[in-house]
Amino acid sequence: MNEIDFLNWVRGPGFQIAVIIFVAGIIIRLVEILMLGRKPNLAEAKGSAMRSGLRTIFSRSIPEKSTFKRSTFVIVTGFIFHIGLLITIFFFTPHILLFKDVSGLSWPALPTPIVDAVTVVTIIALFLVLAHRMSNTVLRFLTNYEDILVWLVTILPLITGYFAFHRVGATAPTLLALHILSVELLLVLFPFTKLMHAFTIVLARWYNGAISGYRGVQS
Amino acid sequence: MTDIPEGKDETLGDVLRQRGISRRSFLKFCATTASMMALPPSMIPTIAHALERAKKPSVIWLSFQECTGCTESLTRAHSVTIENLIFDSISLDYHHTLQAASGHAAEEARMAAMEENYGKYLLVVDGSIPLGNPGYSTIAGISNYDMLMETAKGAAAIISVGTCAAYGGIPHAKPNPTGAVSVGEIIKDKPIINVPGCPPIPVVITGVLTHFLTFGTIPELDHIGRPKVFYGQSIHDRCYRRTFYDKGQFAETFDDEGARKGWCLYKLGCKGPTTYNACATTKWNNGTSFPIESGHPCLGCSEPEFWDGGGFYKALSMPTEDISKTVIYTAAGAVAAGVAIGAIQKGRKNSAVASHSKTTIDDLEK
Ligand code: SF4
Repeated sequence: MNEIDFLNWVRGPGFQIAVIIFVAGIIIRLVEILMLGRKPNLAEAKGSAMRSGLRTIFSRSIPEKSTFKRSTFVIVTGFIFHIGLLITIFFFTPHILLFKDVSGLSWPALPTPIVDAVTVVTIIALFLVLAHRMSNTVLRFLTNYEDILVWLVTILPLITGYFAFHRVGATAPTLLALHILSVELLLVLFPFTKLMHAFTIVLARWYNGAISGYRGVQS
Repeated sequence: MTDIPEGKDETLGDVLRQRGISRRSFLKFCATTASMMALPPSMIPTIAHALERAKKPSVIWLSFQECTGCTESLTRAHSVTIENLIFDSISLDYHHTLQAASGHAAEEARMAAMEENYGKYLLVVDGSIPLGNPGYSTIAGISNYDMLMETAKGAAAIISVGTCAAYGGIPHAKPNPTGAVSVGEIIKDKPIINVPGCPPIPVVITGVLTHFLTFGTIPELDHIGRPKVFYGQSIHDRCYRRTFYDKGQFAETFDDEGARKGWCLYKLGCKGPTTYNACATTKWNNGTSFPIESGHPCLGCSEPEFWDGGGFYKALSMPTEDISKTVIYTAAGAVAAGVAIGAIQKGRKNSAVASHSKTTIDDLEK
């Protein structure tokens, strides 16, 4: 297999396999969670579960003051790399072309140099997060293999993407193919690891908010 | 070519002088060649000296599953230049498109050349070789495979001209009905120089010949057998539209504002970022321009499998398969599977609740 073969494979069958696992895995897990449902609450409602649920989905993104003070570092680096991922994944021209090819939807891209800079910042933030996790005794104790794996498959597309864009280290087709392959690895592992939080976070927050709303208390 | 039979012992210098090429323009050619081959200027006299005294080498050119585009590229590219004369000054002993003889007479010429120059002649091949059935492509009743094996035996080196000979090319594209393969897939015991392109740039073909004539060796090759001097850099890295790519300014269609302003053609499917060739520097038609310069994205023709990249107008970042369909079918199947799995889980939950029995302090004390 030569490098263009490799590139054609990751752009073709490889991507298809990854997408099938990603989509099927996520849908099956979400349906499963929704079907398990919750016990009916027999108490009288003291407020709107729906309104509180919906509000909480967003309000939990703003850290509470005392929490922020206690874990400023984790929250700031966490925000940086999440926003960084959002920008690099969804606002780089070649990526938008991919989304357009799959969904028919398209939106304006950010200038390439900005995405480039954001990539570097995101990579640094991810390294800081890992360093913090490893240097903090409690966090290190709580860290298992899955955490490291998830960190790795998240940072790999950023690093390979950076090299593919700057074209250093190997021939261009190989670099591009490695980048796409790293994304496929992320897609395949996504439904079966804690990466799933990108989807379950909505459900979890909604439930939290809804329970409080039903009881008429603030979530 | 074969119309100068008395020229077998002449040197290249003799031929050039006969054709009225001045010393000055000959040296200029040597200088251009040196710079093209990334050699220091101090090498110019060496090249000139070597070329002048080079005996006309015998060249056998075999055409298999091909479209003759490679030969066209070389012979019709532009008006008479020294490159052409270099080509004319080799003794092209067999080339069934160009030679006057045909059938058995032509085959006899090939046999004679092989015998006379055994171990010394240069074999040029264009076109791929069908392994599926020898009858798919024959010349004078001889299958491509047999002819290649027979002729390669006595060759000093082989030049695979064009993507078909170098990597299988279009005949090799999926589903490859003839079982086409490249020269390199069959011949393992000879030095092979791949000069891919669909067709290759004529100057690159003569450049490789010049190198062979000058140094008697084959040039330094990359990992897929291409001379590094010509295929060492990608189109993208030498593209004059690169600043637009870096800034994120793209033509969306062939005649929009961006196209008129000469912006990058990435969105229109340009394969320049993954293609290694000399088009952006050497250019075509006597240095006039190259595809991107005339507003068309690069097809990636000098790379293996360039025909199977999902379409010439699909951007490199787009998948080659129809992923929307994949997503829809997968999602439908997954919802059904999810409901089934969910029902099983719910059943397990219910039966767990049903079989739940209370544990009392007494139980624990038993
Ligand atoms: S036109 Fe093609 S080769 Fe030129 S910069 Fe754009 S993508 Fe690269």
